[in-house]
Amino acid sequence: MGEHLIKMPDVGEGIAEAELVEWHVKVGDLVREDAVLAAVMTDKATVEIPSPVDGEVLWLGADIGDVVAIGSPLIRLKVEGEGSGSSGSGPSEKAAEPPARTGEIEAQADGAVKVPDAIVERQAKSTPPQPVAEKPHAPAARMHRAPVTRAEGERPVASPAVRLRAREAGIDLRQVPGSGPAGRITHEDLDAFFTHGRQVAKTPGLAQNTSVEHIKVVGLRRKIAEKMAIAKSHIPHITYVEEVDVTALEDLRAALNANKRADRPKLTLLPFLMRAMVRAIAEQPHLNSVYDDEAGVVHQHGGVHVGIATQTGSGLMVPVVKHAEARDLWECAAELNRLAEAAKSGLATREELGGSTITITSLGAMGGIVTTPVINYPEVAIIGVNKMMVRPVWDGSTFIPRKIMNLSSSFDHRIIDGWDAAVFVQRIKTLLETPAMIFVEA
Amino acid sequence: MKDISCKLLVIGAGPGGYVCAIRAGQLGLDTVIVDPGKPGGTCLNVGCIPSKALIHAAEEYDRIAHLAHGRNPLGITAAKPEIDLSQTIAWKDGIVGRLNSGVSGLLKKAKVKIVQGHARFRDGKTVEVETETGLQIIRAENVVIATGSAPVELPNLPFGGPVISSTDALSLTSVPERLVVVGGGYIGLELGTAFAKMGATVTVVEAQSRILPQYDAELTRPVAKRLQALGIAVMTGTKAKGLAKAGGSLLVEAEDGSEKALEGDRILVTVGRRPVTRGWGLDELVLDMDGPFIRIDERCQTSMRGIYAIGDVTGEPMLAHRAMAQGEMTAEIVAGHRRVWDKRSIPAVCFTDPEIVTVGLAPDEARRTGVEIKLGQFPFSANGRAMTRMGEDGFVRVVARADNHLVLGIQAVGQGISELAAAFSLALEMGARLEDIAGTIHAHPTQGEAFQEAALKALGMELHI
Repeated sequence: MGEHLIKMPDVGEGIAEAELVEWHVKVGDLVREDAVLAAVMTDKATVEIPSPVDGEVLWLGADIGDVVAIGSPLIRLKVEGEGSGSSGSGPSEKAAEPPARTGEIEAQADGAVKVPDAIVERQAKSTPPQPVAEKPHAPAARMHRAPVTRAEGERPVASPAVRLRAREAGIDLRQVPGSGPAGRITHEDLDAFFTHGRQVAKTPGLAQNTSVEHIKVVGLRRKIAEKMAIAKSHIPHITYVEEVDVTALEDLRAALNANKRADRPKLTLLPFLMRAMVRAIAEQPHLNSVYDDEAGVVHQHGGVHVGIATQTGSGLMVPVVKHAEARDLWECAAELNRLAEAAKSGLATREELGGSTITITSLGAMGGIVTTPVINYPEVAIIGVNKMMVRPVWDGSTFIPRKIMNLSSSFDHRIIDGWDAAVFVQRIKTLLETPAMIFVEA
Repeated sequence: MKDISCKLLVIGAGPGGYVCAIRAGQLGLDTVIVDPGKPGGTCLNVGCIPSKALIHAAEEYDRIAHLAHGRNPLGITAAKPEIDLSQTIAWKDGIVGRLNSGVSGLLKKAKVKIVQGHARFRDGKTVEVETETGLQIIRAENVVIATGSAPVELPNLPFGGPVISSTDALSLTSVPERLVVVGGGYIGLELGTAFAKMGATVTVVEAQSRILPQYDAELTRPVAKRLQALGIAVMTGTKAKGLAKAGGSLLVEAEDGSEKALEGDRILVTVGRRPVTRGWGLDELVLDMDGPFIRIDERCQTSMRGIYAIGDVTGEPMLAHRAMAQGEMTAEIVAGHRRVWDKRSIPAVCFTDPEIVTVGLAPDEARRTGVEIKLGQFPFSANGRAMTRMGEDGFVRVVARADNHLVLGIQAVGQGISELAAAFSLALEMGARLEDIAGTIHAHPTQGEAFQEAALKALGMELHI
């Protein structure tokens, strides 16, 4: 029997540490090669740590929410074969070795056993770190304990302590699925029933709920929280809302969708907005900037990299359409679709999730009348799209129905004056209301 | 005499009643317990405890007598022992006395009021007690009937003269030369064996075809073998007809109808126990009955509101520990806790030689429930500790479901294995599987290892056989 130490792998360029967001195993679990052990998260992506070997989990080196330095011990596995577990024998040779990219392993022994290169190679191949979306918490360890269903009328198996607890809580154990051996109902099963299964229990009428659930803010949620706090504390926002008549734009969009080539993506409003922004930025390039407030430098970019705030299952992500200025309407639409899909399925890379210079935020059909968007720090402008509605508009003699949509946009008032912000939004409004101007030089 | 009003009245201070009263007192219920005798009931005064004292004395005597007999493999010689049974009985009475005052002390500590005397219902809420100082009226919100059981008398063999009950047998001052035991159940065999070991010539008369008929034949075989070795004549399929006219001898009728007279100085009748349902005013109540027993539900409630019944008066198995558990539960129910009878296992121990322990379902009982079963049986002849204490007869047997290995029952027969009842019961209550028992380290060298080995055997992974 030997021991394998798995260290926090290098999950991305220049990252010194990553946050542990999920354990898929617990001490004592048997794991197979390639089984996912843990998920860690960097600034932008979640990465799964697969097991390079079959073994039994002996030790877990961090708690969920801990920030772990790359190369720190993460998991110790008991494995078949040689290598005995005198841990802490810091292998001095290690420094000389080139750092293995993924799931670095050491067979620890008194005389540090070097893993043959071939093996390292194979492991590197078989266990690449895979960026994934945050999954609903269904640790692998639970899987083999799927509740056993009892035959009708069969007495539930449970210890006297479990029976008493259920009795006092007024729970009929026949309704509680047992996850233990032979379908035994454990205290954990009761806990689960208390939290999830209560709906099927009774208690008619209204009751006070005095429970408080303590949820650790970890992973993506923590990143979002930190980022929002920085954005709001550093940036004095100015928000400007304007009404845009998109009747003509919608007619154009419908016509293009109706007549498009089969291989082209269906157009939404956003590609038009992106193209309009590229136009407006050409006239006001300082809106397409990243402000390093510590250094006191505004990095005004030539390329327009449009961040698209996207709601995913685990929270807000901002995939980036790079070089919108070099993409036509269709390319913008295609790239937008691809990135939104990647973000939602958790497959967006770190590169795709960073590097924006200006951001669009849209709540789509739910968009509301007005929002006060928070700037995607350290950018200086964000354009918010509100819901499009048909409203009566007075044309001088009568009310006519027009498709009206608001743009709620925020700017970093340190860099952008209110006048400039208004000019920028008015320019976009003009372009969207007369969409031909997006495509044709005036 | 001033009437007493209380929250809970317990009638009978046997193991069920006194446990109920102690728990009720601990829970702050205003509790009164009534009994004409000393606290502890049959179990403590004329049952479990005194019989175990007598069995122990008989074993000690037998051991020395055996060594005195001559050659033995241990190389020990001893002088022929003598027994002064009156002194043995006095020692036994001392133990009983200590326990009596122990129970009284526990009741007082729990602030339970003890009233000595015969209780009789006037109505569902009122009981009158004839005490030494006069009639005491007790009004109670809740009443627990814990009147217990008494030895069954045969109409053709009424107690008196040479015909004695188990109670009388525990107070004999000399060992009878010839003892006839009518009834080959556990009480008759425990006492018959004890007296045989102390030198009596014992004959056991059993109407059914074998002794201890509630157990399977495999389980009782080591006991039958030991009875034979002790020189106890066992007559199965034989009915006791009555005393011969001359007295001192018992007329019995064999299966083939032939009659025979058995000489006996004492005739011990142990044909069972009946619930005590007379003498305390059952007629004043409207209780549903279950045969001779009081019908109760899973909360020990009778058909009358506020009246509970526990222990032997409520039916089989008539065992002290069942009554205690019922008593404890009932007190908690009266105190407003949510409780229901959900015990999986009521262990039964037979202090014969060797002892028998059973919990849960026997193999046949398990099969009758329609599940497929697995059996694992491990003999003490392959157990080191059993060998070193010269008790190789017997085995441990585990019955489990074939599909999920859930343990359904455990039976064992062997010397000194009554103490394994704890492990057996725990396994059943906790819902153990064969793997749980097989995977638990059992201390070596102990007889408990046979339990682990039986589980291993059921799994087809036995090590020591």
